[in-house]
Amino acid sequence: MKVVLQNVTKVFPSRNKKSKETVLAVDDFTFTVPDGKLVGLLGPSGCGKSTTLYMISGLQKVSGGKIFFDDDDVTDLAAEKRGVGLVFQNYALYPHLTVRQNILFPLQNLKGADKLTKDEMLDRAVKAARLVQIDELMDRKPSELSGGQQQRVAIARALVKMPRVLLLDEPLSNLDARLRLQTREEIRRIQRETGITTVFVTHDQEEAMSISDLIVVMKKGVIQQIGKPQDVYDDPVNLFVAKFLGTPPINVFDGKVENGRLFIGEDAVLDVPGVENREVFVGVRPEGFVYDPAGALSCSLTGIEVMGRDISIVSEKDGKVVRSIVNSDVTVDPSAKDVRYSLKPNKVFIFNKATEERICF
Amino acid sequence: MVDNKQQWKAWLYLSPAIILLLVFTVWPIINTVRMAFLDGYKGLEAAGGATFNFGVQNFVKVVSYNRFLSCLGNTALLCVLTVPISTLLALLIAVCLNSIKALQKPLQTIFFLPYVTNTIAIGMVFAAMFNIVGSFIGTENELISNAGIINNIITFFGGSNVNWINAGSSYTANIVVMVVYIVWNALPFKILILLGGLQSVNKQYYEAAKVDGTSRSRTFWRITVPLLSPMIAYVVITGFIGGFKEYSSIVGIFGSTMGPPNLDRRLNTMVGFIYDSLSSNNQGRASAAALILFGIILVVTLLNLYVSKKRVHY
Ligand SMILES: Nc1ncnc2c1ncn2[C@@H]1O[C@H](COP(=O)(O)OP(=O)(O)OP(=O)(O)O)[C@@H](O)[C@H]1O
Ligand SMILES: [Mg+2]
Repeated sequence: MKVVLQNVTKVFPSRNKKSKETVLAVDDFTFTVPDGKLVGLLGPSGCGKSTTLYMISGLQKVSGGKIFFDDDDVTDLAAEKRGVGLVFQNYALYPHLTVRQNILFPLQNLKGADKLTKDEMLDRAVKAARLVQIDELMDRKPSELSGGQQQRVAIARALVKMPRVLLLDEPLSNLDARLRLQTREEIRRIQRETGITTVFVTHDQEEAMSISDLIVVMKKGVIQQIGKPQDVYDDPVNLFVAKFLGTPPINVFDGKVENGRLFIGEDAVLDVPGVENREVFVGVRPEGFVYDPAGALSCSLTGIEVMGRDISIVSEKDGKVVRSIVNSDVTVDPSAKDVRYSLKPNKVFIFNKATEERICF
Repeated sequence: MVDNKQQWKAWLYLSPAIILLLVFTVWPIINTVRMAFLDGYKGLEAAGGATFNFGVQNFVKVVSYNRFLSCLGNTALLCVLTVPISTLLALLIAVCLNSIKALQKPLQTIFFLPYVTNTIAIGMVFAAMFNIVGSFIGTENELISNAGIINNIITFFGGSNVNWINAGSSYTANIVVMVVYIVWNALPFKILILLGGLQSVNKQYYEAAKVDGTSRSRTFWRITVPLLSPMIAYVVITGFIGGFKEYSSIVGIFGSTMGPPNLDRRLNTMVGFIYDSLSSNNQGRASAAALILFGIILVVTLLNLYVSKKRVHY
């Protein structure tokens, strides 16, 4: 089932009674989650990701716009009736119920024609538990589980009623780095196996890039860009998106375009035919630097970090730190004062200095 | 560890409290036990130099009094009726209060008012609401048994007058009045505790329940009540303890006769029995009754704790 958001807007009233100021948490959000896909909602803290998710689930009402599940308008449908599965940031497992009872809980709510027998319920619960590999923990209480196990129980509870949409609100934020990696693979696997349309909220770009079919980058309630992770990474529409994706982050320089050539400082680094003369921001991905003693861009070397497969060269240009990643078979003299690079054109982006929009060349 | 030289200072600062506790709490407890086990102990005679034998005669006497048994019955009946009713009502009100936004604070204050109002004063107001007690008795019985706002309301809805508390009133009517009054008086504290508990429950459990399509009543019974169970247990236990010490509420309604004018002491309670024994200078008997009351409260509390261990979650 696809989820369609049409001009969805959320305005929170001001807490302060005196001022009329309101919070525009989500602004004119239009987007379709394709059937059976996993979409990552990505953005910095406070940009309206959770709010968007809660509006899809029905826990929060929209201030404007419409939400459709396939062709059904669910905008005014109560959360109880939408049949979505929601995994909260802190799981919200019922602390007084065992894992089994937690997973059974949504099934016991079914009424009328959907009502299941006890055996059917148990059967479904066990299946859901098996899917997330917690079938051995069924008799424990949530407080007796590790963070990762709790998270899987939360997913099982959301999946057991076979929801039409699965919504995950930063489900990995409480886990340690290793478990996070493992669990995100697991979420991906479960999503593939069940084929449930899924929206996944995170502020961790790596997480979003690694498991999403599509990512939606948000900033202050406004969608910046929608696309396949690699496409968004390779082709950011503005400086914000370019900065937000990628680790280590993109290097940003003040530069200018003069007669079809791009300058960083005094160095003419690239030919940019067709761009008028102007001041610009220049973004260069760390992997866009080519260690090249004859290269156009010169920086003063500060250090070299070996990371196994790659090495990271840390240098400085006009007081700004530049971090590049080059293949480890390159040998750099650590005592050298300067380091020179040439740039890969497809890893260099230039942005309008005023609007921060991308300028294509 | 506090250095030895400094310890005397600690004792010095503690001494006022310790001395007061020893004189007014520890010694009376010991003395109560002592008096209870001295056969037929009477304070005045003891002061006059009389000696008493050690024994359990006081206990035997207390238990064999019909009056004692009726006191025990009244107390237990009031406990069993008022604790569940007031707990359920308090839970209901707390949940309602918690779910409204407008007027929550003023309503909370209003519900808390009975707590800071004098029991006897409230009792007099209740007595006035359920037939006025006192000086009219005997001469204008008819008039008195029809008086009071409650009777006005009952007749307004087509019912017939009830003689709630005056001469000739039934035991059931008396108990109904007491239950209404005690429940009303017990509500504020319970609401306060339960509301506090509700407000500390993570809202996400409710959101999760909503997304899972849980009905309101199921949310209440399967989520709210279990999550509140520690507070509910606390309220029930303190309710029973308070219930067994019931006394001033009855004085508040019926005056010191503890019953309708023609039936003195019909609603007397355990504490009332103890006071009566004291005022007739039977300190031995009063002490024995106090120890019995203590034993009953202890057993009931242990029973409560045992049950709540099984039922209270996490
Ligand atoms: N109930 C509310 N009342 C007023 N403002 C709110 C409310 N809930 C959220 N906001 C505001 O709306 C904006 C978006 O909040 P939201 O919770 O959606 O952010 P988020 O993207 O999920 O952030 P995070 O990554 O920190 O969870 C924030 O500026 C927040 O302060
Ligand atoms: Mg959030």
